[in-house]
Amino acid sequence: MATTSATSGAGGPNAESVFGPPRRRIGEKAIAFVLFCAAATSVVITIGIVVSLAGETLTFFTDQAVTVSGFLTGGQWTPLFSDPQFGIRPLVQGTLIISGIALIVAIPLGIGTAAFLSEYASPRVRKAVKPTLELLAGVPTVVFGYFALTYFTPNVLNGLLGLDVAVFNGLAGGIIVGILIVPTIASVAEDAMSAVPQSLREGAYGLGASRRQVTVRVVVPAALSGITAGIVLGASRAVGETMVVLIAAGQVPTTSLNPRNPMETMTAFIGATGKGDVPTGSTGYKAIFAVGFALFLMTLILNTISIRFVRRYRQVYE
Amino acid sequence: MTTTTSSRPVGEVLGIPPASHRLRDRSFVLLLAVLTSVALIVLAVLLIDTGIDGIPQLSLSFLTSFPSAFPAKAGIESAITGTLWLMGVVTFVIVPLGVASALYLEEFADGTRWWNRIIEVNIQNLAAVPSIVYGILGLAYIVRGPLSLGRTVLAGGLTLALVVLPVVIITGREALRAVPPSIKEGALALGATRWQAIWRQILPASIPGIATGVILSISRAIGETAPLILVGAATFVAFNPTGLDSPFTALPLQIFSWISQPNDQFRMLAAAAIIVLLVILVILNAVAIRLRNRYQQRW
Repeated sequence: MATTSATSGAGGPNAESVFGPPRRRIGEKAIAFVLFCAAATSVVITIGIVVSLAGETLTFFTDQAVTVSGFLTGGQWTPLFSDPQFGIRPLVQGTLIISGIALIVAIPLGIGTAAFLSEYASPRVRKAVKPTLELLAGVPTVVFGYFALTYFTPNVLNGLLGLDVAVFNGLAGGIIVGILIVPTIASVAEDAMSAVPQSLREGAYGLGASRRQVTVRVVVPAALSGITAGIVLGASRAVGETMVVLIAAGQVPTTSLNPRNPMETMTAFIGATGKGDVPTGSTGYKAIFAVGFALFLMTLILNTISIRFVRRYRQVYE
Repeated sequence: MTTTTSSRPVGEVLGIPPASHRLRDRSFVLLLAVLTSVALIVLAVLLIDTGIDGIPQLSLSFLTSFPSAFPAKAGIESAITGTLWLMGVVTFVIVPLGVASALYLEEFADGTRWWNRIIEVNIQNLAAVPSIVYGILGLAYIVRGPLSLGRTVLAGGLTLALVVLPVVIITGREALRAVPPSIKEGALALGATRWQAIWRQILPASIPGIATGVILSISRAIGETAPLILVGAATFVAFNPTGLDSPFTALPLQIFSWISQPNDQFRMLAAAAIIVLLVILVILNAVAIRLRNRYQQRW
């Protein structure tokens, strides 16, 4: 009899191939079915999200005041006025400007942190920095909203930098959201950089490259799909972030491009409108779902891209 | 210093970088270190600023008073009890559902079947859906619509459970995967059925990892504010919840409501409530880390 240890995969015999299929017991299949139902709940949740959002969005578009073209291209968003206008452009624009600012802040910080941790930091430094980043990621976003409104805007933007921004402004919201997504980008990018095989680095060292050259010209390009995945995931989080923008960016839907002024994002509109007791079935209530559906689609696209990129680098190096 | 045999400097021949390169290398490390520290500095400033604003407000009466229109009398008792109730509901939902899902995906699912792949991709996607979208779902289907639970503890807890369920499943799977296959194969070789091997061997071995994931999920749920804005109480709640069908407030909701007040004194109260929230989170995380370090077996 073969004494090979049971190494699963890789063609080696495992318990199942040596002793035949595991013994069946009555109820075994029932248990598997119950567990399957639990796992399938997550699909039901997704269906629930899509159906609830899409359903109300459809009835939203049957409202007389709303037209599809007006919704997609209109420059005014005043759903709660007596003469309501439903052009989503100001909300989308606010979301894109704030997410754009966030990414401008977070991309260099996130990639720099990842490169530092993966290529330079000693194990001791890494052991101190990584949990601190996790702590940063664990601080509730309402706390960052408080910080942006009561400290960052008055003391840093107006005080230190003298930018003369409004009390509620897009800039503070964008920068703080950027800080918020640094751990997301850094951790995905660092995973990708650490997965770059050591042989590639040693090859470059052998050719006389310095550590900086190895980092910039070998590790970063080799980890590019993972870094991209992190950035896209960070973008998705920035688009979906609610509390910071709701608290610090103001609730004024505007088509102005000036981030020193208040602006409203899609998430902030949902939060600001949903907290009051909006009557079910009113156009304002339905508008929450229409904006929510647009938000869900945007983040879904970003998440799908991100998952693709992660899969790509896993395939290459793992 | 240079010999006459070669027109090129010795350093270049030997591959020793010139001084200008070394300077660039050093400034590059410095740049990376600075980039790394920015986020950490912001975190430090945030903690210090909140501490300065909030610590003077902390007192026993702050913890044992209800929200009030007068800042001097206001406290967070109903917010704390509300948060505890919510977390009770969240735990009750996510532990069985999360563990069962993780078990199915790790131990039973055949990854080549399309339905299993859908479940897997779906969970990855759900983990990145903005939490406010769950709030909309909660408002449409749990508070109103099919379940019509109203703005109650049960509705809030269920909504938060949906938000963190993907995290529980993902960490649960990692914990199950950390148990070496030889354990299961040994049990199967001795004649155990698949379920016996899972129930008696794999699950007990992975409990510390699963518990860590559950605690981290709960600590995420405690700070979630956006979904609660949609499903939480519309007015201020000056009483403790008495049951699952009670209206509620919660710590992050109370913080948000105080931040929204133009009065500076209320903002100080928000800072004090933030400190309480952060202390709770730090305790939970410390428990999770200890659990991971102490009970997780090395195979």
